[in-house]
Amino acid sequence: MEPIKKHTGIVCPLNRDNVDTDQIIPKQFLKRIERTGFGQFLFYHWRYDDDGNLRPDFAMNDPKYKDATILLTGENFGCGSSREHAPWSLLDYGFRVIIAPSFADIFHNNSLKNGIVPIELDREQIDQWMKQAEESELTLTVDLINQTITDQNQHEVSFHIPDYHRQNLINGWDEIALTLQHEDKIAAYEQRMLS
Amino acid sequence: MGKPKTIVEKIWEKHVVHSEEGMPDLLYIDLHLVHEVTSPQAFEGLRLKNRRVRRPDLTYATMDHNVPTQNRHIVKDETSRIQMETLKKNCEEYGIELADMHHPDQGIVHVIGPQLGLTQPGKTIVCGDSHTSTHGAFGALAFGIGTSEVEHVLATQTLWQDRPKTLNVHVEGDLGPGVAAKDLILAIIAKYGVKIGTGYIIEYTGEAIRKLSMEERMTICNMSIEAGARAGLISPDETTVDYLKGRRYVPIGKKFDQLAEEWLALATDEGAEYDKTITIDASEIEPQVTWGTNPSMGAPVTGRTPSLDEVEDKEGTKRALEYMGLEENQPISSIKIDHVFIGSCTNSRLSDLRKAAEIVKGRKVHPNVRAIVVPGSFLVKMQAEQEGIDQIFKDAGFEWRDAGCSMCLAMNDDVVPPGGRCASTSNRNFEGRQGNGARTHLVSPEMAAAAAIEGHFVDIRKYTGVLN
Ligand code: SF4
Repeated sequence: MEPIKKHTGIVCPLNRDNVDTDQIIPKQFLKRIERTGFGQFLFYHWRYDDDGNLRPDFAMNDPKYKDATILLTGENFGCGSSREHAPWSLLDYGFRVIIAPSFADIFHNNSLKNGIVPIELDREQIDQWMKQAEESELTLTVDLINQTITDQNQHEVSFHIPDYHRQNLINGWDEIALTLQHEDKIAAYEQRMLS
Repeated sequence: MGKPKTIVEKIWEKHVVHSEEGMPDLLYIDLHLVHEVTSPQAFEGLRLKNRRVRRPDLTYATMDHNVPTQNRHIVKDETSRIQMETLKKNCEEYGIELADMHHPDQGIVHVIGPQLGLTQPGKTIVCGDSHTSTHGAFGALAFGIGTSEVEHVLATQTLWQDRPKTLNVHVEGDLGPGVAAKDLILAIIAKYGVKIGTGYIIEYTGEAIRKLSMEERMTICNMSIEAGARAGLISPDETTVDYLKGRRYVPIGKKFDQLAEEWLALATDEGAEYDKTITIDASEIEPQVTWGTNPSMGAPVTGRTPSLDEVEDKEGTKRALEYMGLEENQPISSIKIDHVFIGSCTNSRLSDLRKAAEIVKGRKVHPNVRAIVVPGSFLVKMQAEQEGIDQIFKDAGFEWRDAGCSMCLAMNDDVVPPGGRCASTSNRNFEGRQGNGARTHLVSPEMAAAAAIEGHFVDIRKYTGVLN
């Protein structure tokens, strides 16, 4: 996956709680056998009406968020199924960072494995930035080394991602290759279990 | 004796391959279940890096999400067909056992694991599917993973996992007559919300849980993910041992006796500590119906949809009611349905079908309703047919189908049309889950059966005369 140390981007607000993976990428798009090309289907039924026209009332369709790379959203983002097509579609659409008060466990994991940075912040800070992103515009700089986010007014907040995951993100490591360095231990474990 | 331990601690400690300060533990995986939707990219990843599948013998695959349930030989959608073909090719290439669409062991992955005895207490079990929590009913540590993790398990038979916190959901008392396991789990989620289990593994304990059959326990553990928890489990007991005895992948004779002893010893020790505990009185629970677009938006069948001034999340509630085409403060029993789906990994086992058939027997499906029954596995279907359950459903006007996920997520041809309203025994009522614009109400098999007959929701307890 692509390493990410520091990222500056426009914020797109999605002011809803409990956004589930069926909304992020509806099931009719899960049949592809590739990892790529899912961005066009992101939030499909929220972005498009039944005739395939863009819904003007959905924030993401507002031209001012066209180049957004940071998604700001509500509680329990990514709940529901384990489909990794959810982070794939977010990434393919262009999002590198998702900021929410909380994430569903499996989605959180899946994001980390794809170089998307899931950041938990308190509700108050999110509400404040949500308002700003909705009413005017908001650009944030996310620094994974120092674990800080800075807005265009130099207001800075800190966040925390456990070191193991943070190092993977920063370096874009291949996790399987790392694990295979422990292959002797895996083999020893298997031996132990056999006897 | 050392410090008392929970079953989660016991299973965890037994599976740590490597641990290091400040790092997740590297956990060994005993059973990896695979299906067609979340695996193709994982196999492709292996191929690109020239990696092998470390333990094909601990991996088992089936097709369930895409399979047609009407005529196995007609897969209308080309992409579905390719996805299933791809699984077949991958299993052949990597030497993985596969129960394909035409195989007698085929079924929903969470139905066939237990049925074959692949699922056993104390195992670590993963699958690229969030309802892997179902297998926790046996006292296994079972959880859903994404495709990158599927690839990781295929290549290494391990996963890096942070040690989770434990949540004890303690259920006291007895479920009332006519109240199903499904009602219990729906009521828990309605009361505590879809986030109560986030970051935790749930252990269900207490008198009411001990009295449940294995199939009922699976219904409970299945929906742990709807409460936010990746895994939910129940300590093994005699019910667990009895269920597993004689199943195909379970050893026999002396080996079995020894295993059974080990299984029972896994149960949480008296006095073990949890990070959090909630207590529920089973006797207070009534049959449930969800009215909204997440599983916590539910009410007793005797109740009403909420009124906006009594809820905290007004925006969300309003949007959900709008999507569902319901008014605030509307009696649940006044909601008219036009589709009924009895199936899914939550409620498609033989006992579920038996209970629904009991309600349906000698009655007719309401003229406004299209009702389908989709057994969880080929075997469940065969057994039901031997008992004549299929005939009861067919006589009443239900469609009787082949096994698969079907209308639970509508990836095949079994779709609820836009604006359609379905009483469903599945686990998710998200917008569009059963079809674009479709409205889903989650209920027990008995409640779904009664709704099929009446065309609207009825209190199953009055319907069957257990309450007047
Ligand atoms: S029945 Fe539904 S919830 Fe269960 S595995 Fe299939 S699609 Fe998922």
